[in-house]
Amino acid sequence: MDNATLIAIASIVTAGLTIALGSIGPALGEGRAVATALSSLAQQPDAATTITRTLFVGLAMIESIAIYCFVVSMILIFANPFWTHFVAEAAGK
Amino acid sequence: MRLSPDEMIFWRDGFFKLNATIVYTWALMLALTVGSMLVTRNLSLGLTRSRWQNLLEIIVTGIAKQIEDVGLRHPKKYLGFLGTLFLFVASANLCTIIPGYDPPTGSLSTTAALALCVFVAVPLFGIEEQGLGEYLKTYTEPTIIMLPFNIISELSCTLALAVRLFGNMMSGAMILAILLTITPFIFPIVMSALGLLTGMVQAYIFTILAAVYIAAATRGREPRGEADTTIDA
Repeated sequence: MDNATLIAIASIVTAGLTIALGSIGPALGEGRAVATALSSLAQQPDAATTITRTLFVGLAMIESIAIYCFVVSMILIFANPFWTHFVAEAAGK
Repeated sequence: MRLSPDEMIFWRDGFFKLNATIVYTWALMLALTVGSMLVTRNLSLGLTRSRWQNLLEIIVTGIAKQIEDVGLRHPKKYLGFLGTLFLFVASANLCTIIPGYDPPTGSLSTTAALALCVFVAVPLFGIEEQGLGEYLKTYTEPTIIMLPFNIISELSCTLALAVRLFGNMMSGAMILAILLTITPFIFPIVMSALGLLTGMVQAYIFTILAAVYIAAATRGREPRGEADTTIDA
């Protein structure tokens, strides 16, 4: 198995695993955040705007982790420097 | 499959090149500036005003109220910077409904530039409010050991701002492109609507996070009792 095949296999498997494992944590975290926000909204409906705004900010911060994993996965598939190096080498041959 | 509008080049002349990001950014700047100039030509102070003036006033007072809710006490000072951030990102994300348009915020260059603006603005506002010595001292709170961690957190907050906006907009465009090749009929429209929603939410998040960082930098050593715990009895 030559290097190019190894790089392709590693990139594809890693890209899939990255986004698969990387979205578990943020999804669980966001679920807990929304659940707590809903229960505190039920307890104090007057503070609805503050709670909602804080909820959105918190959700965005949790979501960023999943976005990082997604960006790494996209880089591995579409902008992979190792793969482009090997393609350039094969084209040059 | 294009990863970002940076790769679509309209014009090149040696080192300088005009890619889609720059062209669409200029178009947005032109639209926002010319639109506002046209609306604010005859401002009226009375009760009857044109609907465009009404719209702009709603937007401006809405942003000012949000800035004040975050904890910045004189929103007029920060309205220029934060309002511009929100309007630019929101209009850039909203215009994805126009066919043939690629949001410039879907390119890491634009979002990194915006995040760098926030990175520079936060110490500037902090120093303006507290003075240089006091502001630098906040980096050593609660103890001097936290100094490297505070610096790292500044850098990572900036990086997170850039990557968050970029990732959201890029993923929206990419999901649409993929769906158009798989199920080209109703589902891409639903995903496009979702993309619009996340675009607006991300514009709001970017602005609110910038406001929160500025508020943290300008809060200084005020006594804890000043937090708004007033009860309207």
